[in-house]
Amino acid sequence: MSAPEIVEPAARAPKPPVRASAKKVKRGERRVALYLIAPTIVLLAIVIGYPVVSAIIMSFQKDAGLDSATGMFVQGGFAGFSNYAHWLFQQCATTGGGTAACPPGNLGSQFWNATFVTFFFTVVTVVLETVLGMWMAFIMNRTFKGRGLVRAAILVPWAIPTAVTAKLWFFIFSVSGIANAMLNTQILWTSDEWASRFAIIIADTWKTTPFMALLILAGLQLIPEEVYEAAKVDGATTFQRFWRVTLPLVKPALMVAVLFRILDALRIYDLPAILTGGGGGTGNATTTLSILVVDQIRQGFNSASALSTITFLIIFIVAFIFVRFLGANVVRTQESQQKGKL
Amino acid sequence: MSAIAGPASTRAETEGLAAAGTRAKVKPRRRRGTAQGIRTGISALVIVVWCLAPFYWMVVTAFRDVGFTFDTTPWITHFTWDNFATAFSTKLGNHLGQALLNSLFIGACVTIIGLLVGTFAAYALARLDFRFKGIVLGIILGASMFPGVALITPLFQLFTNIGWMGQYQALILPEISFVLPLTVYTLTSFFREMPWDLEEAARIDGCTQAQAFRKIILPLAAPAVFTTAILAFISSWNEYLISSQLSSDATQPVTVAIASFAGSQPHQEPYTAVMAAGTIVTVPLVILVLIFQRRIVAGLTAGGVKG
Repeated sequence: MSAPEIVEPAARAPKPPVRASAKKVKRGERRVALYLIAPTIVLLAIVIGYPVVSAIIMSFQKDAGLDSATGMFVQGGFAGFSNYAHWLFQQCATTGGGTAACPPGNLGSQFWNATFVTFFFTVVTVVLETVLGMWMAFIMNRTFKGRGLVRAAILVPWAIPTAVTAKLWFFIFSVSGIANAMLNTQILWTSDEWASRFAIIIADTWKTTPFMALLILAGLQLIPEEVYEAAKVDGATTFQRFWRVTLPLVKPALMVAVLFRILDALRIYDLPAILTGGGGGTGNATTTLSILVVDQIRQGFNSASALSTITFLIIFIVAFIFVRFLGANVVRTQESQQKGKL
Repeated sequence: MSAIAGPASTRAETEGLAAAGTRAKVKPRRRRGTAQGIRTGISALVIVVWCLAPFYWMVVTAFRDVGFTFDTTPWITHFTWDNFATAFSTKLGNHLGQALLNSLFIGACVTIIGLLVGTFAAYALARLDFRFKGIVLGIILGASMFPGVALITPLFQLFTNIGWMGQYQALILPEISFVLPLTVYTLTSFFREMPWDLEEAARIDGCTQAQAFRKIILPLAAPAVFTTAILAFISSWNEYLISSQLSSDATQPVTVAIASFAGSQPHQEPYTAVMAAGTIVTVPLVILVLIFQRRIVAGLTAGGVKG
């Protein structure tokens, strides 16, 4: 943890006579920094800021279309929170300006199911990937012949595009595919309600555990061997060494890895969209929030904007809780990690 | 030290870059008993098989005759190149060849823009002292974790209105939203580790800050920039969500082409051809990743990104 090792030239000039010039250097540095950073911030404002703000504005506009209650074509206009009510409470707007329960088959009715599916995937995959990733990291941290091979192999799932991964597992999980042949079963992996959910969990675990393992390994390599030696001299058992020494020391790296995975899992789209065609089961067993947004786009931009804003808020709140209460300090952990090695 | 580490020059460069060779100081772990050694060996084998088996199965199937799609022999039987011909054939409305070019073009554009803009920001973040530095870093990191789905609806409407739908720029612009933060963040962490004393020396010798940057730092930073370029390109190459909604048949990238690959029968999935297409898309990437393994891992753990 030696973050401010590199001392800025300006900061290294505390002697009174040079103070004025040091200040000038500092001010010049700030101006240079501003010029260097500005293009990035402007570009991000265009590609992220603009869409987000316009999504929020759109979410308060009515979609033009057939009124679900009267069957008449209505123009858009200010919608208040009705687009949000549409998703959160399954209320559809009527011509009178009021709301009524949406007719069955409406995408709004899938919101809570999609939320459940998204969180289910997130919790299960993140737990699985953390445990497996930790195990892989521990193995790779040992010295043995062929460690290079393991480290190379682990990068392969990471390098394969998710879309290809989805097609690959779609083949593995097909009815007469290799998964059923090996298990000697006839499971409908891509259409049965729970089987399709687990198919996605397995494929996602395969694809992303390596990433997790690499992040945890980076943290493990920071732990000096002496700490273990000391614990051993003090008579700590293997389990105690893991629980009392390794875990607390690797925790910052682990927290960051878990945070990244959670945020990534909450926006999961590619795998369920391709592996199970966005459906599975009765049609929405694997419909995540992201899939629901994409389904909604062609049925009304404004309503889709409300849903994407809700999705964004959910992810933001989860990240906030994680950083605030579990103390995942992304910036600091990574800084110390780079100092350490690799 | 790893067995597969790419060319010697690569290794030397990487080590020079990586925190002045601290890597070499990784201490040998404790000597372990034979029982433990065997357990480690078995675990390592399980990891390798688990990671490679599905990929291996894709390649094996890609070379298998379509009549034996579901053959379970663990090596190639009924060898054929037909699946690759089918994958590239445009008769059934598939455009894999075009899609490969599209992905290359989009990836190159996004990577170049990301690097051109991102290098300057990363330099400032790593080297200069200014207010709100933490906030800027936070914004950039937050942006890299931003859900693509929150961008897609307004972009869909905007591009429909201005006639960009299905055009290359409609695919390149949104991808900057995740590639640029990735570039800035990875480069920032690489730049922090570089031997900056040289820059100071150059400035004492009379270089301006801009000259020092151009003549000393850029050549030194080349390996870091190269690694970042690979990561940026991979993340663009792997993008699916935005492209699947905003591209047309003519501009679709490979991920979209493979996901929507059509067979000769409407409800029959052309598994072998899709596996061949998957192999074409994946194998160059896997080779690239294995050659630059060390650097990519360093970049990955620095930027905390996912493809």
